[in-house]
Amino acid sequence: MTTLANSLGGYEDTRKNSYSLERFLQEPVSPTTSRYGRFGGTSPSGSMAGMGPVMGGEYRGLGGNARRPRLLLMGQKRSGKSSISSVVFHKMPPTETLFLESTTRIQKDPIHSFMDFHVWDFPGQLDFLDPTFDFDHIFGELGALIWVIDAQDEYLDPLSRLHSTIIAIQRTYPIINIEVFIHKVDGLSDEYKLDTQRDIMQRTQDELSDAGLDSVQVSYHLTSIYDHSIFEAFSKVIQKLIPQLGTLENLLNMLCLNSGIEKAFLFDVLSKIYIATDSSPVDVQSYEICSDYIDVIVDVSEIYGYDRKPATQLPGYTPGETPAADEEDTAPEASSIIRLQNGMVLYLREINKYLALICLMRKEGLEKQGLVDFNVQVFQNALTRVFEIGRS
Amino acid sequence: MEERKGRKKKVLLMGKSGSGKSSMRSIVFSNYVAKDTRRLGATIDVEHSHVRFLGNLTLNLWDCGGQDAFMENYLSQQRDHIFKNVEVLIYVFDIESREFERDLITYSSCIEALRDNSSNALIFCLVHKMDLVQNEMRERLFLERSAVLRERSRGMDIVCYPTSIWDETLYKAWAQIVYNLIPNLPQLESHLRRFAEIAEAEEVILFERTTFLVISAVTRASEPNPFPDRFEKISNIVKQFKQSCTKMASNFTAFELRAHSFSAFIDVLTPNTYILVVMPANAAESATTLMNIAVARKHFEKLEKDSGGRVAERALDGH
Repeated sequence: MTTLANSLGGYEDTRKNSYSLERFLQEPVSPTTSRYGRFGGTSPSGSMAGMGPVMGGEYRGLGGNARRPRLLLMGQKRSGKSSISSVVFHKMPPTETLFLESTTRIQKDPIHSFMDFHVWDFPGQLDFLDPTFDFDHIFGELGALIWVIDAQDEYLDPLSRLHSTIIAIQRTYPIINIEVFIHKVDGLSDEYKLDTQRDIMQRTQDELSDAGLDSVQVSYHLTSIYDHSIFEAFSKVIQKLIPQLGTLENLLNMLCLNSGIEKAFLFDVLSKIYIATDSSPVDVQSYEICSDYIDVIVDVSEIYGYDRKPATQLPGYTPGETPAADEEDTAPEASSIIRLQNGMVLYLREINKYLALICLMRKEGLEKQGLVDFNVQVFQNALTRVFEIGRS
Repeated sequence: MEERKGRKKKVLLMGKSGSGKSSMRSIVFSNYVAKDTRRLGATIDVEHSHVRFLGNLTLNLWDCGGQDAFMENYLSQQRDHIFKNVEVLIYVFDIESREFERDLITYSSCIEALRDNSSNALIFCLVHKMDLVQNEMRERLFLERSAVLRERSRGMDIVCYPTSIWDETLYKAWAQIVYNLIPNLPQLESHLRRFAEIAEAEEVILFERTTFLVISAVTRASEPNPFPDRFEKISNIVKQFKQSCTKMASNFTAFELRAHSFSAFIDVLTPNTYILVVMPANAAESATTLMNIAVARKHFEKLEKDSGGRVAERALDGH
């Protein structure tokens, strides 16, 4: 785009409070060279949906190899642990989880994404407080204990098991975050949901202070696999495990401030978990529409992203100056825009193989699309550097 | 009077109570998502709805409640009223029905009534709720059922589709049904082909605006797309997204995606249609394609108006 420089200048002239992000980061403008695969660009299907199993390559993820956080899914049997992990990490439609078999042994599920982590699904009937269990093996790594409680069922018994688990692990492994999912809340009235949550919180609080563990942080989430709540809950769980979260948020804040963006999310495309957002409050609708947006992109990419041989280009198409091999390296990341009737615009940009940036903005903000594109590019470069530091 | 007849097409939606007629109608024409249909109650007697579809074509949809008492009534007292001037009969069968034989008897009586009153009507049988059947069994079961249906259709030609509100098969069936009702389609198709050639697009698909049913498509890609059912799939994808837009009290107007091996654009074409244009990678700047669509817009609007007029003329000539 030759008009980029002009529009940038023009923008600064007309709106004094808008600067290009670059100033803040003091980073030279570099051509788009991503070191990461693109939306499935390297996978045979050439689609975003083909990203899942693609791993290896030079990209090792945020945490590097040394530490792989664990998400430990525990709770009473039939509380929905396996369903949760199937829906969130394996894209299973929620209705199909009815047919899942009961889990009989610990399922260790390595997830390769922007950050490598493991999901361990524990059978509900397992009593891991049994001394024969290797505690160190389970809780020895940084991670989160996700305790799933079926809100539609009797929860006093599971709750007391939760309490004894917290008490057992808290002193030895204080690095484990404790997250309680009050699950299957679809179909419950709002009032009932909140009552249940309050009751569970109160009981836990009491129990823990009796045990002298007042300072333990326990987070509660109301979840259901039939709506976005489970993804949102996981977003919050995962965010706590990202050491660079503060930096990511700062970068997003700067991006929003300088590009007329109202809300920005950094999404893990495969699981639809958002790993960071700017510090303006998250409202459920914008999260949901962004999450649905990803579905659209993934589905459309799957349909049309099949491999086309370069030799079979359409008649009338002038063969590009760059050979196909070169193209692979220099082609810009996938990007997309959706315009809504109420003047809002959704702007998506692929950041790397796993992450996508989605912004919500007014359509006036996109009048200078060149500037927004440029700022996003700078943001992307900065993010790449953050990842590099994380890795080394 | 004749003019209006030429444009309003009476469509009967029939089938046993609980087979899913109203659910279908709500999803296709009223922007429901599949799980919202749980809220629907039983249809009492006949619910009429008028759906403006593509310019001057209006579908006059008769959703006929399927309880036995109503059915008997349709076939006796209201026989003329219901079965006169029908353009299309859509008969819905629940695949899980426990009394298929009884359903068939009712079906045969309806077909008979239709044959007596509007012998030129098209008949579509939807074998519905296919999602309840195991994947491997679906095709066999569907073929079995459609063979039986054909046998019991009193010599009338029928077309059968397997459907489910939980996947894109619903859109496939309805797109085919509606396809048969659109006036002047060959002309529209030739213009669409011409547009695809000028824009150097790989694929161009025309959708109806409210239902997002496929009206017509042109494919120029030399390599076959691995998804033969992609048109329905896109209808489904876009409808889902439209639904989530309503949470923000809005609707989407335009979509553009630049991926590595293709670019895709969805935009409003005429007041009644959306267009999807798929371009090969690096073939053109997005602005060029958007401009092409903008130019085509005027042309297609005119075409739509003309075709409406011409149908009216034809209807006048006929009488």
